[in-house]
Amino acid sequence: MIPLAFDYARPDTLDDAIALLAEKGEDASVLAGGHSLIPVMKVRLGAPEFLIDIGRLPELSYIRVEGDELAVGAATKHRDVVDSAEVATEVPLLGAVARTVGDPQIRARGTLGGTVAHADPAADLPAALLALDATVVLQGPRGRRTVPIGEFYTGVFTTVREPDELIVEIRIPRCGDKGWAYEKFTRRSNDWAIVAVAVSDDRIGLVNMGSTALRASATERALAEGKSIAEAAALAAEGAEPPADTHGSVAYRTHLVQVLTRRALETAHGAR
Amino acid sequence: MKVEITVNGEPTSADVEPRQLLAHYLRETVGLKATNIGCDTTSCGACTVLLDGDAVKSCTVLSVQADQQSVTTMEGLDGASEGRPEHPVTAAFRSEHGLQCGFCTPGMVMSAVSLISHDDDLDERKVREGLEGNLCRCTGYHNIVRAVLVAAGKDPDAAQKSEAESDALRTAPAFSRGEAGA
Repeated sequence: MIPLAFDYARPDTLDDAIALLAEKGEDASVLAGGHSLIPVMKVRLGAPEFLIDIGRLPELSYIRVEGDELAVGAATKHRDVVDSAEVATEVPLLGAVARTVGDPQIRARGTLGGTVAHADPAADLPAALLALDATVVLQGPRGRRTVPIGEFYTGVFTTVREPDELIVEIRIPRCGDKGWAYEKFTRRSNDWAIVAVAVSDDRIGLVNMGSTALRASATERALAEGKSIAEAAALAAEGAEPPADTHGSVAYRTHLVQVLTRRALETAHGAR
Repeated sequence: MKVEITVNGEPTSADVEPRQLLAHYLRETVGLKATNIGCDTTSCGACTVLLDGDAVKSCTVLSVQADQQSVTTMEGLDGASEGRPEHPVTAAFRSEHGLQCGFCTPGMVMSAVSLISHDDDLDERKVREGLEGNLCRCTGYHNIVRAVLVAAGKDPDAAQKSEAESDALRTAPAFSRGEAGA
């Protein structure tokens, strides 16, 4: 399978990339690792006229502690997140979830910013970033702005990113001493989650339970009110609109998310 | 668009369409046919090559993304042509009968080369996790896993004695148990 024809540029600097994106706007897609974008283009669900390759910009590949936060460059590869000592110490959930993305070859190419931008409701990392209370840093011709991850997604494959804006960084509050867990249920070992649940410090992110990654708000409120884990986890599907497909019905996912939420909360609380 | 890619230590260059996939560059432009295209959907791993030393699926990399970089295919391993000693991974695949139809083998071998170079203390569980991105529909993986362990200098029989233990690990994935932060 071969994508429709497009033009390609690999700018040498972040400034050049942003200038080019401002010029091309909606005609362009940003290419980093390409492991979400290229498959979509190969089956011709996507056909951008122009690709701006930021995958090799050293300015966008870094992991560093900055004050109370960990800053991760948007083009940082999943494998570098998995291997990072800073991630393991400061935001261990992020490394554990990145380790479940695809397989080793996919993790060697796919990037954190790419999976955030792609906005697939079945992707692991957006839900983990919701549980981690992360912030997305966007840069465009009007300068930089930051968007809380909870306000970033608007629907399946859609976000508040403007066509001339580039995701340049993900910022995550340091939480190394807090309980966390990731429960992912798949049919095959390297597959997308049928449902997954990320927990960090009683914030709960759900994978594949609606058109975007979402928080299990009713469960979070119940925990805050002192309800038991079992009582709180039973509310995990409240407000969610899970998809129905060959992997599971709405009823199946509704049940599954409660089970996984209970397990994740038990693990997270046990690790405290 | 002109690309310059070092393939198996030799400089190559060509004028390619940006939409050309690296797998097609290797097979059709350069003419090296060991890299197989299986599923063409980033799943099966038959097209795995090393890109600047990392195992990647060349059906999901554009040739232009590999411009000015270095690719190693199965043909580039020692012993692929006459007069050179056999590469330890291919030798181990032969001695341990790690292939049947052979279609997945180049990808398996390239993943194994990358895995061994990135981890000098492999065990069976790590090998199985490391080959997660390579599908084989013939052998059931056991001999492939043995071959990788042999190539890594490990005793595959010692590793297989602990299979019951690794079965337990597979049903309780480490990633969900909070251990990475412990």
